Amino acid sequence: MGEIAEFSLAVRTYLRAYRWRKIDPVPWAPLDKPLSDCRLALVSSAGFVTPDQAPFDDSVRGGDASFRSIPSDFPVDELIDTHRSDSFDHEGMVRDPNLAFPIDRVRELVESRRIGSVAGEHISFMGSITAPRRLVRDSAPEIAHRLREGGVDVALLVPV
Amino acid sequence: MCNQAVSLVAAELERRGIATVAIQLLRDVAERVRPPRALFVPFRHGYPLDLPSNPARQHAVIEAALRLLEDSDLRPPALVDLELPGS
Repeated sequence: MGEIAEFSLAVRTYLRAYRWRKIDPVPWAPLDKPLSDCRLALVSSAGFVTPDQAPFDDSVRGGDASFRSIPSDFPVDELIDTHRSDSFDHEGMVRDPNLAFPIDRVRELVESRRIGSVAGEHISFMGSITAPRRLVRDSAPEIAHRLREGGVDVALLVPV
Repeated sequence: MCNQAVSLVAAELERRGIATVAIQLLRDVAERVRPPRALFVPFRHGYPLDLPSNPARQHAVIEAALRLLEDSDLRPPALVDLELPGS
């Protein structure tokens, strides 16, 4: 069970006083065609990068709001965990990145025709963002633009 | 913070017409932040699809998420608990 009690005392104390951002109004894009006709993209906050990409930077005040584009055909076993948080156990997703970035599972869903196609790129960022202004103002709109340009209909978002 | 971050990105994707489903590991955070369409999973942090190297289990969680996309009765913000045998 994911619970705040999993975290250290310092993190729990911080979270108790934290002002969570409330999405209001809540936008809604209903699915207007069968999933078997849809193109799906992954968005993961697990901080994975490819070997030629810069790691995420935990020295950025308020959190690193940048993102990396992961090519859809990139071998999942070669993804590198650069999430800097020590508030969760990294062992599972290091052993099998599909746990938090399920590229192989998405490919299998295409093969089984459960979904129509896979996006040309997926999105990776590091979720330890305490001040999400840059994420909301810059990164999220750019991510949305890129995915729309890539013909994406649906997205599965995976935190850690 | 990961739960909030993916929720904020999901909201922007929905504004641009992309239907989203966000996995959430902290129910009380999801209730406060209000991602448009979310699947709450009872797994610990770092394990959003439950088990590493277990494709069947990972597929089961993903399938539950995909069903939310197909559920035309849901209204925003939609937060649904994962129900799996053995959870």
